[in-house]
Amino acid sequence: MKDSLTLYLRYVSVSMRSQMQYPASFVMMVVGNLVVNAVEFLGVWALFARFGSLRDWSLPEVALFYGMVHVAFAVSEAAARGFDILHRQVKSGEFDRILLRPRSTVLQVMGLEFQLLRVGRLSQGLVVLLWALTNLDVALTPIQILLILAAIAGGALLFSGLFVLQATMSFWSLETLELMNVLTYGGVETAQVPVSIYRSWFQNLFTWFVPLASINYLPLMAILDRPEAHTLPVWVPWLSPLAGPVFLLVCLQVWNFGVRHYHSTGS
Amino acid sequence: MNTKVYRAIIRLRFLLLVQYRAAALAGISTQFMFGFVKVMVLEAFYLSSTTAQPMSLQQAIGYVWLGQAMLGMLPWNGDADIQALIRSGNVAYELCRPLDLYNQWYARAIALRVAPTLLRAVPLFLISLFVLPSRYSLSVPTLSSLAVWILATIGALLLGCAITNLMNISMLWTISGEGIIRLLPAVVTVFSGMTIPLPLFPNWSHKILELLPFAGLVDTPARFFTGQLDPNQIWLFLARQLIWTAILIIWGRWLLARGLRRVVVQGG
Repeated sequence: MKDSLTLYLRYVSVSMRSQMQYPASFVMMVVGNLVVNAVEFLGVWALFARFGSLRDWSLPEVALFYGMVHVAFAVSEAAARGFDILHRQVKSGEFDRILLRPRSTVLQVMGLEFQLLRVGRLSQGLVVLLWALTNLDVALTPIQILLILAAIAGGALLFSGLFVLQATMSFWSLETLELMNVLTYGGVETAQVPVSIYRSWFQNLFTWFVPLASINYLPLMAILDRPEAHTLPVWVPWLSPLAGPVFLLVCLQVWNFGVRHYHSTGS
Repeated sequence: MNTKVYRAIIRLRFLLLVQYRAAALAGISTQFMFGFVKVMVLEAFYLSSTTAQPMSLQQAIGYVWLGQAMLGMLPWNGDADIQALIRSGNVAYELCRPLDLYNQWYARAIALRVAPTLLRAVPLFLISLFVLPSRYSLSVPTLSSLAVWILATIGALLLGCAITNLMNISMLWTISGEGIIRLLPAVVTVFSGMTIPLPLFPNWSHKILELLPFAGLVDTPARFFTGQLDPNQIWLFLARQLIWTAILIIWGRWLLARGLRRVVVQGG
């Protein structure tokens, strides 16, 4: 275990060094990533400026949803990037090399690339998150802050699970991988506002099938002391971030199944 | 000017680009998802306020679907093949051809924007017009709205290709890391109306947003289609699109001439 961690950190440091070879270019790309995300938030702000509230949610409350999901997604985009680009390895047959080495496939795929560029989205998400926390009406207790952090971690694991599923699909078809964008980028877009504003079939999809509701909506109901929270058992908001790791474990089972059925392109 | 050559370039690139059908199918699902999320969020916002808005919910929903259907026309990137040419030095071949380089790239840009749009727009239009329940659907336009929408879409295409070409030309510099042009995709997305409909931005900003070139890309055609703009106003808006197209083409030509003066082809 410790050995694997050392190896992973080594992968990360190699990847970082290669991305920092052209520092000026790297800085421009990070700034670009930051600006893309910052102007997106302009849209949310403009809608609040015009309509005042989203149902009975205020801007700081929605900003909290927005910040949490973007930080979680940025972390998973950086760490699970290897799964996002695995189709290249499958197409070229390079994945064979990964199978030959006496290390787990998951570790090696994660080591393919650690995408540093995502500090753009990460810092924008953090800024929105901190702004939200300082502008909320409620003062948070340490345990509530811990719950927010757990929910973000759960979110990062959940999105990583989606990237693992996307990579698994590439064992069968390289053409339709963009379909997963519905759940990854579409999931971020969905979860940046409270899931309760959607129609019920859509809410159910993102509660039970891809448990996005559990990585910000359910925990935040308890923290923001929403009336809806009283219809649920008290423990639900506190345990809901666990849906992230559980979802990832299920996805890794699918991954293992996929690896067993991998046919090399032979080139 | 011999337009036959340029028409051939457009046709060839178009035929190449419509081959990516599976990718288009996956793209349609993504656009459909994004459209649905945006529509439901807008609905929730509209239900939160009783004050009169610059556009009705029905128009805002139509605007969102048009944006998603016509996403392929949004000039958010340059031509990846031209980028590869510049990086590999093969751009030298382009210079050998007895053709104007700006026009050549502009022709490629037309194919780059039209091919994916045709593949994706048709199914998205059909679904959003006829399949979705009426509260979420794109309303069938009046005949005059449809006619001015076609004009505004042609204007948007010409403008979008001028912006695409600017991004192509900027690659002569950005490979060395310079260039504010990397921020252009973000600016294009927000100020064209892709993120949220431009009329929903604060009233004080409307004048500025309309004067920027980007409104001509998504906002203008979408507002004519949904009837938010009166068809009589088409000439003013079309003139805006064309004036911006002319300015950006002149700027692009000047940049290209400057860029080519310092091109160093690395042999090989």
